[in-house]
Amino acid sequence: MLADKDRIFLNLYGTHGADLESAKKRGAWNGTADMLSAGRDWIIQQVKDSGLRGRGGAGFPTGLKWSFMPKEVKDRPHYLVVNADESEPGTCKDRDIMRHDPHLLIEGCLLASFAMQAHACYIYLRGEYVAEREAMERAVKEAYEAKLIGKNNVHGWDFDVYIHHGAGAYICGEETALIESLEGKKGQPRLKPPFPANVGLYGCPTTVNNVESIAVAPTILRRGAKWFASIGRANNAGTKVFCISGHVNKPCNVEEAMSIPLKQLIEEHCGGVRGGWGNLKAVIPGGSSVRMINAQESETMLMDFDALSAAPHRSGLGTAAVIVMDQSTDMIRAIARIAYFYKHESCGQCTPCREGTGWMWRVLERMAKGEADHSEIDLLLDVAGQVEGHTICALGDAAAWPIQGLIRCFRGEIEQRIDRYRSAKGVHQVITPVAAE
Amino acid sequence: MSVRRLAADQPASFTFSPETMEKARWWIAKYPPERKQSAIIPIMWLVQKQEGWVSEPSIQAMAKLLEMPPIRVLEVATFYTMFHLAPVGKHHFQLCGTTPCMLRGAEDLKKVCKSRIGEKHTVSADGMFSWEEVECVGACVNAPVVAIDDYYHEDLTPEALEALMDKLARGEKIEPGSAIGRQTSAPENAQKTLTDPSLYDGSLARPIKLPGLPENA
Repeated sequence: MLADKDRIFLNLYGTHGADLESAKKRGAWNGTADMLSAGRDWIIQQVKDSGLRGRGGAGFPTGLKWSFMPKEVKDRPHYLVVNADESEPGTCKDRDIMRHDPHLLIEGCLLASFAMQAHACYIYLRGEYVAEREAMERAVKEAYEAKLIGKNNVHGWDFDVYIHHGAGAYICGEETALIESLEGKKGQPRLKPPFPANVGLYGCPTTVNNVESIAVAPTILRRGAKWFASIGRANNAGTKVFCISGHVNKPCNVEEAMSIPLKQLIEEHCGGVRGGWGNLKAVIPGGSSVRMINAQESETMLMDFDALSAAPHRSGLGTAAVIVMDQSTDMIRAIARIAYFYKHESCGQCTPCREGTGWMWRVLERMAKGEADHSEIDLLLDVAGQVEGHTICALGDAAAWPIQGLIRCFRGEIEQRIDRYRSAKGVHQVITPVAAE
Repeated sequence: MSVRRLAADQPASFTFSPETMEKARWWIAKYPPERKQSAIIPIMWLVQKQEGWVSEPSIQAMAKLLEMPPIRVLEVATFYTMFHLAPVGKHHFQLCGTTPCMLRGAEDLKKVCKSRIGEKHTVSADGMFSWEEVECVGACVNAPVVAIDDYYHEDLTPEALEALMDKLARGEKIEPGSAIGRQTSAPENAQKTLTDPSLYDGSLARPIKLPGLPENA
């Protein structure tokens, strides 16, 4: 187990105060001025050396992302935008950071903005997080009053933080859709290039980072890049807040070392799988968008980017939201519900996604009843493959992957369901129309 | 994608209340002066707080306030699913139905809503309640979750949800959070982490020398 002294989020569960004084007592805002006086190149290099990879799902190296911003500020101001639109099913880590450790996030915003020469930062929270937004507004107010941020603050870098919110659209977690939404439009992703570092918010150079990526930065600088890099396997450095939901005895959020074995994570922190480890059926290890892994693979799986994305399972760490399913789970129904989610959340801009997500959901609903043909399993795989990689943003991929994972792990279960349905109906083949709505 | 249209029955007019207008100005000030449109979602949210839903006349009023074409405001109202395009009950329940909640009993909560309130998107006869099934609300380790009005009620059972409805029906206040008294997202009565007292005694606030600084710094 990760030692308590190596944890970053010391108030993850809200057992202590979220206010400025309590946060300072836990080390927040300690040495911030020294970090700024060491210069922006030093900050970016430290974050690069720490091996921090983005915590929002894609795992892109954070320091490298920061270095993509223009070196000089010309006629357009630079912006930092924090993605707090936490909506990936299974994920609820940023919520805890914002309601319980908001000052780490605000301090991180200052450091990242300084490193990228931004004087303004917008934090975009999902609309449903009303309590979290109130907590963030309180913390921002405290930071202004203490002159930690704002004009003529004690750190000597004029800097404003603004809290913004959405209104219930998963797609706004995609960075360019988030920017569109922040500009007051419907959240439909933009084509890249141009990348936000060039043309982002209001046409200005912008970096969009996840809450956790920004909130860990101050502690990395306080404790040193070497410390962070020493946790987890090479290329998978640091600590990570894991969210373990579903069929475990004690679902929870917990900050652990990257590369922790999945089995250890579940047994040590979550009281084990409901009904014992032998009752495990499958795990979705990184939020609903990634392919599931079966019980046998879960036995030895390490929770990091590289182990999870390897063949044959080709899953992913994603947001580190671990959804555990025991033997009682109807896998086809569980994935059909995820397929419905993507159908509901598709922004409608790209045809493969707009039509494909609905088509895949309808077929899965029939398969859950058994009202399908064996050949439709491969047809479904084919359609999933046509959606994947053929859309502007990754929502199309995210809709395809869980279905591919289901078929890889539980093709037999789908076939059995079809056979059972047929023998109950006394038919040999079910011909069902598969056209679009 | 969900297909959303304005309600057939619309009021004749809409006026911002002074409180809504004051808050709207506070939001507009967060964005560059020529980027007022950025405030549309927060302001539409305020309008919904004021009226209970988003009507066609309110869309016109918001367009005027933010100097936007009304069609752009309509686009926002129909795209974002938290905006009610028709009146809802005095207390509106957003029941999360996505897989992590489904695995922990959201289907049973739906039955409670159906029997106590009626079909989704309908308002109960007394005007008190309405409900809808929403997609992942982001509190999955406390599943199943229902957001009542603005706040989350977590770790629910059908009985706990019924008890909340009873309280609301009696006009009582309800406390958000875990229905089983759990400390937020910690494992129930089994927190093994963050127990080291030295993290909280102020020693972390002592002046530090940053590691990895260049020699001459």
